[in-house]
Amino acid sequence: MKFARKNLCIPYAVWLILFVALPLVVLFYYAFTDGTGQFTIFNLTGFFTDPNALGTLVYSFAIAIVTTAVCLLLAYPTAYILATGRLREKQGVILIFVMPMWINFSLRITALKELLDVIEGNLAMYPFLNSVIGMTYDFLPFMILPIYTTIMRLDPAYIEAANDLGADNREAFLKVTLPLSMPGVMSGISMVFLPAMTNYVVLDMLYNSTYIMGSLIGSYFSAYNWHGGSMIALILLGIICLFTLLGSDDEESTNARGGALL
Amino acid sequence: METENIIELRHVTKSFADNGFVAVNDFNLEVKRGEFVTFLGPSGCGKTTTLRMIAGFEMPTSGEILLNGNPIQNLPPYERPINTVFQRYALFPHMNIFDNIAFGLRQKKVPKDQIEKKVKRVLSLVDLEGFEERRVTTLSGGQQQRIAIARALVNEPEILLLDEPLGALDLKMRQEMQLELKEMHDHLGITFIYVTHDQEEALTMSDKIVIMSEGKIQQIGTPEDVYNEPKNAFVADFVGESNIFSGIMTGKRRVRFCGGEFTCVDDFPEGTHITAVVRPEDVVLTTPEKGMIQGEVTSVIFKGMHYEIAVQSGRNEMEIRSTRTPKVGEQVGMVIEPDGIHVIQAAEDTNRFLVDINENYRLSYNGKVLDTSVTKLIRGGHRLEDGTIVDENGDKLDLSRAKFEAEIQPSDIEMTDNYEDGLVEGNISNLIYQGDHYSYVIHADNGQDFVVYDEDLWNMNDRVGLVMPVEKMKFTLKKQGRQ
Repeated sequence: MKFARKNLCIPYAVWLILFVALPLVVLFYYAFTDGTGQFTIFNLTGFFTDPNALGTLVYSFAIAIVTTAVCLLLAYPTAYILATGRLREKQGVILIFVMPMWINFSLRITALKELLDVIEGNLAMYPFLNSVIGMTYDFLPFMILPIYTTIMRLDPAYIEAANDLGADNREAFLKVTLPLSMPGVMSGISMVFLPAMTNYVVLDMLYNSTYIMGSLIGSYFSAYNWHGGSMIALILLGIICLFTLLGSDDEESTNARGGALL
Repeated sequence: METENIIELRHVTKSFADNGFVAVNDFNLEVKRGEFVTFLGPSGCGKTTTLRMIAGFEMPTSGEILLNGNPIQNLPPYERPINTVFQRYALFPHMNIFDNIAFGLRQKKVPKDQIEKKVKRVLSLVDLEGFEERRVTTLSGGQQQRIAIARALVNEPEILLLDEPLGALDLKMRQEMQLELKEMHDHLGITFIYVTHDQEEALTMSDKIVIMSEGKIQQIGTPEDVYNEPKNAFVADFVGESNIFSGIMTGKRRVRFCGGEFTCVDDFPEGTHITAVVRPEDVVLTTPEKGMIQGEVTSVIFKGMHYEIAVQSGRNEMEIRSTRTPKVGEQVGMVIEPDGIHVIQAAEDTNRFLVDINENYRLSYNGKVLDTSVTKLIRGGHRLEDGTIVDENGDKLDLSRAKFEAEIQPSDIEMTDNYEDGLVEGNISNLIYQGDHYSYVIHADNGQDFVVYDEDLWNMNDRVGLVMPVEKMKFTLKKQGRQ
């Protein structure tokens, strides 16, 4: 058999089928069946009629939104200074932000827990605050890096053009740099928002009783209710898809220029 | 008081703090209102840095920039009534064409209805009516170029700066835009300062050309001036095709170069070391008997309107542009009219001559081997086992086509009565006393003239040998054959 170039995609296709398509099919199957394998939409209606589940959804949203906002507020100035400032040891500074990612996750969070314990006395007093702190600490690099990359790649001629046309540095930033770095911001948001809604491990490790979507799904699965858990996972998937579609609508022309992580 | 000069640069120097590189060195220029001025030079000559200092993106290290007589060198770009067309346009990709063009007007808080009117007008000026709603990315390079010009012009700047604006366009588009820019300039009456490395572009469009090299102005003049009366060998070489020879004045309006003696229109004292510039179109081909100098045709290339002919005459090569088509190998004569020769006084009396390469990769001159090896002269050069020589990039050098030029100072040559000791022999054809030494011109037997400084007095027509130590010579690869 002659080797064709398109054969190169076989490993990827196999991967895609095994780990993306097939799990999705399984997810759909469990979400829309009951324990006896009969088709049902009870899992769906059950979620939206369960006040506890809906409450968790809203609460998760709140945590995710606040975490993303805090990350953005910290990350944008950092990324901007890193990308445009005349730092002598730029690589070193970037390393400081990236290095926590290399340290074992549980060690990192445990250290944070001990620190918060000392400061707050009783961790259970501030569950919301601790959730946001823990997640911000964990996800900040995922916000900094795409924004940094986007600003780095901006042609300095755009700023010069804005200056040339009468904009001072503040106006040039607001009218040119900021809008042109939006692809990086969007990319950062998408990388922080979903984990912030579901990553309950961070909260568990902080001895936090806060219940978020991830914890909810986890509880269903640990109770062997694969059908209910699958449905909630599917609902989350739907929500994220919706947001991604909405977000990509107004940046169609610019996102081609990249903003991916590293 | 109204000054006629819209912008003046006085002793402007720019050196970069991080590496001390002097990009622009003592730049002095006056530009009249409405002029089309071009900065012309090879890349790295400082032309773009100068433009950026006028725009305000770079601050001069020293010197003054005067706009209508007022110093502006410390103003930021947004406070200067000057707009720039950038090399790669720098149109804002997140805005449509209207917003791009309106950017400057909005900064100036121009009323909305006026902005609309002005954008419409400037779009029709660049022939892109109805493009307001288009996105930047949907435009071709030529269209983006026009929008970039429109975006600058809509602000009615006192000076429009253009930084190699046509560099990214294809040849045909470039020629069209050249004419359009020229028309726009004539029509609007705005002062244009244009940066390019393309001499043809500069000659076509400019009222005044500033030729730069290594951060310094080489010549300022009209296109005709710089083409017909180049001030030095660099300008002659950079603007248009030219044959450049070193030679010597042999009498009143008589000059010797390229193995022949010619009448010229420029007058310098006898014995002056000169550079002669002959444009390829000023050499007339004729029969060997009628020619002032003779040579053998080495190549003939068809160029559409004419042929480009290379003739080897003794040690020199002459480029000729002619409608005649001699055959390769044919003996021809060449005639150069007095007004076809432009004579420039040589900046220094450095002797320059071409040397040969023998089969052992040794340099030789006048049949005598020079004690140096070719490999040492090429940066990173080394010899492979099969005997070929490669340079630092690993490219093979075709040494049958390579030529080295040797350079030696007049004070490094010694004259001797033992003719055999010299690299060449010849007769003293001129001598001038220059304060503490005599400057001699020796006409060597191979036709080359050498300038030698010596404290002792020799007589005219004395026969001497010239001793030239190899370690005092500097070699440069003149013409590199490609394989």
